Amino acid sequence: MQASAPKSQMELTMPTPTNSSALGASEGTSASTIKLSATDLNFHYGSFQALHGISMKIYANRVTAFIGPSGCGKSTFLRTLNRLNEAVRNTRVDGTVLLDGQDIHDIEVSELRRRVGMVFQRSNPFPKSIFENVAYGLRINGMASNRARLREAVEQSLRRAALWDEVKDKLNQSAYGLSGGQQQRLCIARALAVNPEVLLLDEPCSALDPIATAKIEDLIFQLKDSCTIVIVTHNMQQAARVADFTGFFLLGRLIEFDGTTVIFKNPAKKETEDYVTGRFG
Amino acid sequence: MAATSTPLAGSGPSRSARSFIERLRSGDQVAHAITLAAAASILLLTGLLVYELFIHSSETRAKFGWSFLFTQTWDPVADEYGALPFIYGTLVSSALALLIGIPLGVGAAIFLAELAPPKISDALTFLIELLAAVPSVIYGLLGIFVLVPLLRIVEPAIRSVLGWTPLFQGPFYGVSLFSAGVVLSVMIVPFIISISREVIRAVPADQREAALALGATRWEATWDVVIPYAKSGILGSIFLALARSLGETMAVTMVIGNDPKIKASLFAPGYSIAAVIANEFTEATGDIYTSALIELGLVLFGLTIVINALARALVATGNRGGNA
Repeated sequence: MQASAPKSQMELTMPTPTNSSALGASEGTSASTIKLSATDLNFHYGSFQALHGISMKIYANRVTAFIGPSGCGKSTFLRTLNRLNEAVRNTRVDGTVLLDGQDIHDIEVSELRRRVGMVFQRSNPFPKSIFENVAYGLRINGMASNRARLREAVEQSLRRAALWDEVKDKLNQSAYGLSGGQQQRLCIARALAVNPEVLLLDEPCSALDPIATAKIEDLIFQLKDSCTIVIVTHNMQQAARVADFTGFFLLGRLIEFDGTTVIFKNPAKKETEDYVTGRFG
Repeated sequence: MAATSTPLAGSGPSRSARSFIERLRSGDQVAHAITLAAAASILLLTGLLVYELFIHSSETRAKFGWSFLFTQTWDPVADEYGALPFIYGTLVSSALALLIGIPLGVGAAIFLAELAPPKISDALTFLIELLAAVPSVIYGLLGIFVLVPLLRIVEPAIRSVLGWTPLFQGPFYGVSLFSAGVVLSVMIVPFIISISREVIRAVPADQREAALALGATRWEATWDVVIPYAKSGILGSIFLALARSLGETMAVTMVIGNDPKIKASLFAPGYSIAAVIANEFTEATGDIYTSALIELGLVLFGLTIVINALARALVATGNRGGNA
């Protein structure tokens, strides 16, 4: 029942690309604005170059998926978008990423990360209560002036993450008492609490069962009205179900980027076709 | 299962012997027996220790009863024995050591685990672990020749700031409860640092990243997320440090002043349980004197157990509170 919902919605929101040649230019809806744009981005871990000249435009209020085999650089690219890779030692990045036309390295890093939220592969709630998990981002960013506002914001975030009804009676219990799928939605609620403009999802369903996965995919559809969503996924069906645009990464290079239907039905590159048809990877 | 037992059944009487040998070779039985013996020996040793202390302190227990714990006279000539000054000195010097050692140790551990470049962190940690292995008599010498003269120099400054409290009044001769506390803090800091650093480093990276991704600064991520996650391990390192400082003998004897009196001032000399046993046991004449010293050992043993139990209970309720 839950699992069928995303599919039906997919048909409604899937863009209909008009031409497949221009990268990212084939969005179906005309009113799309560019939210993030990367130009010639290179990334090094020590002497190993993990990303080679990635250029890509990510459109506002759309879902963009990155697919590709393990180690192809899709997560690394995702983590450069909120400068989280800077926390890792011995890394170097060059090239530019613009958020609403402004270079992300010119934005104060904590402000950038508030605007570009992230959900991780493994659900990682803090060892605090459910309430405190969601409230943490509000507290450190000074976004709730009093107790009542804080409660209101926490409730709203939990509702947006479709978790409120399941946890409203146990807000003060440990987040570790929740199931894996609930913990991941709690992490989404935690990220949503600070009102991010972009939400980065790094394989958010890889540890979840199909029902929990369907709930998160459902959520992605609801969230794209208010957020720009970028999702890294191992699961090609998932990319086909949720994404408006899909980028295919291989060995640190962006091989192809286009509307999701083009990538899956009519890819321009041989490597993309081989990957999406399951011939390797 | 059935398939493996059929050919064995055909081999007749040797079957059970053979399977016994095979099981021995697999190691499970042997490992079970050896580890059980090791575990049991700990229990046996602890029991024996308490039994010996209890038996050999029977004379003073019979003579003074519970008042041994609450009286202040320690007069071997008149055979009057009270443990209170030693209990006081032990608790106060250890408390002082923790007061100085915890902020210093946890602070250094945070620096080494979170902020220092890995090479510097590893080099410093190696030095710190060496410090933990230095014999306590060496720390005593350090106390007498370095720390006590140093404290004499800084004493007027401390007195000018905190002299209005009863804790820092009266003359300061160098050897004192205060000196004992400072020496102990130097001794326990390496334990706190090396264990806390390991525990902080073991906090999963995704916890730190979750905080950073919400817009936390590096310090906020460390203080709000990493330290609470590592809390029980850090507390564990503090208990270990406390256990060491409660029982520390040699270094304390050398700087505490060895005077069995209870004074409000930390500048006054004091005495600790471990120190008095070490100093007086060889010269204890008479059964009651010996018995009193052994009963002091029993008290120290009990004190350590009670404080550890309290600390554990504190952590258990703290964890429940944190997760509730």
